[in-house]
Amino acid sequence: MADTMTFDLVSPERKLASVEATSVNIPGMEGDLTAMPNHAALLTTLRPGIVKVNNGNDVTEYVVTGGFAEISAEGTSVLAEQAMPLNEATAEVMGGVLSAAEATLETAAEDGKTAAAQRVNDVKTLMVQLGH
Amino acid sequence: MPNLKDLKTRIQSVKNTRKITKAMQMVAAAKLRRAQESAEAARPYASQMDVVLGNLAKGAANSPTAPRLLAGSGKDDVHLLVVATSERGLCGGFNSSIVRLAKAKIAELKTAGKTVKIITVGKKGRDQLQREFGSLMIKHVDMSEVKNVGYVNAQEIATDILARFDAAEFDVATVFFSRFRTVMEQTPTAQQLIPAVFEDTGEDSSAPNYDYEPDEDAILADLLPRSVATQIFTALLENGASEQGARMAAMDSATRNAGDMIDSLTIQYNRSRQAAITNELIEIISGAEAL
Repeated sequence: MADTMTFDLVSPERKLASVEATSVNIPGMEGDLTAMPNHAALLTTLRPGIVKVNNGNDVTEYVVTGGFAEISAEGTSVLAEQAMPLNEATAEVMGGVLSAAEATLETAAEDGKTAAAQRVNDVKTLMVQLGH
Repeated sequence: MPNLKDLKTRIQSVKNTRKITKAMQMVAAAKLRRAQESAEAARPYASQMDVVLGNLAKGAANSPTAPRLLAGSGKDDVHLLVVATSERGLCGGFNSSIVRLAKAKIAELKTAGKTVKIITVGKKGRDQLQREFGSLMIKHVDMSEVKNVGYVNAQEIATDILARFDAAEFDVATVFFSRFRTVMEQTPTAQQLIPAVFEDTGEDSSAPNYDYEPDEDAILADLLPRSVATQIFTALLENGASEQGARMAAMDSATRNAGDMIDSLTIQYNRSRQAAITNELIEIISGAEAL
């Protein structure tokens, strides 16, 4: 069994990472999950959260605000709406994300309210995690 | 024959023009590199998105519950054309070729009896379309304040288009932009946004059978709007690179033309100068002979 897999993290504007990893922790829409080599093929949407990439020695963390992840036996790719290394996710940046989410909640149609409220909640949780 | 002073002034003014076009060419070259880099950086996201959506869409296309963004509104009456051009001129045929393609499409749609609505992105396209089709324009997106096109800009346009689609303002949306091939070659392109179309890659059998979380439809519903934004983003970036490429080529030939003009003016200047000297000499000699 291969003990590493390829991990790609891309946002629309840039490619943040393309590395070998032993495990990747992903904030899936229905709960966190960890992808390891030879994981069953899975496609999931993301909630705002932290992606942790473990390459065997150290862990790199990225903040994503949503998007989706594609997991297969050979590798994992995360296509994030907006992604940044942990240290770039300042209170200011996250504040912008939060107000955008809140604005969506206000204008959301009736059937989209729950999802939008959930998103605001997720962003707030993430901000607490980041210590803002 | 123009006198020497006039010629000298003209040569000087053409030289100044050449300096300006040369400078613009260099600026365009620098900007082109940056634009190309960001177009390149956006490519992995867009292509991955295409692959995933392509796989999903293949499964969902025939199901009755397929999202409207994929299946369309069931009609083909109202067409929305998003014409993306540049904010600045002096870039050769860049804007005109996009507008020409759009006009051809409008004419075609009109003969087919369809209704056409236009959204313009970038001032130059609006200016060119205004006279003929001003009544069809429903919105203009001003990009003159935007230095570097970001995903946010594309998202704004996409949100607006999606809202209009939801309000049943149109049935089919197509975006017009120029695809960057090389500095010398940009191809004006029309790409259909809604309903979504996917190129058949023909290797569907090798794609792994995915588990979906949440379910397939929810993911598709989440991804399709995002794909519209991504396609617009790609279009804007390609346009940015094409614009700089076209400007670079245009300014290069302008610089060369100015050089040719300076050469021929200089020859003319020297001829007149020599003619003047010869004249003076003849006058002196005939004067001396008369004595």
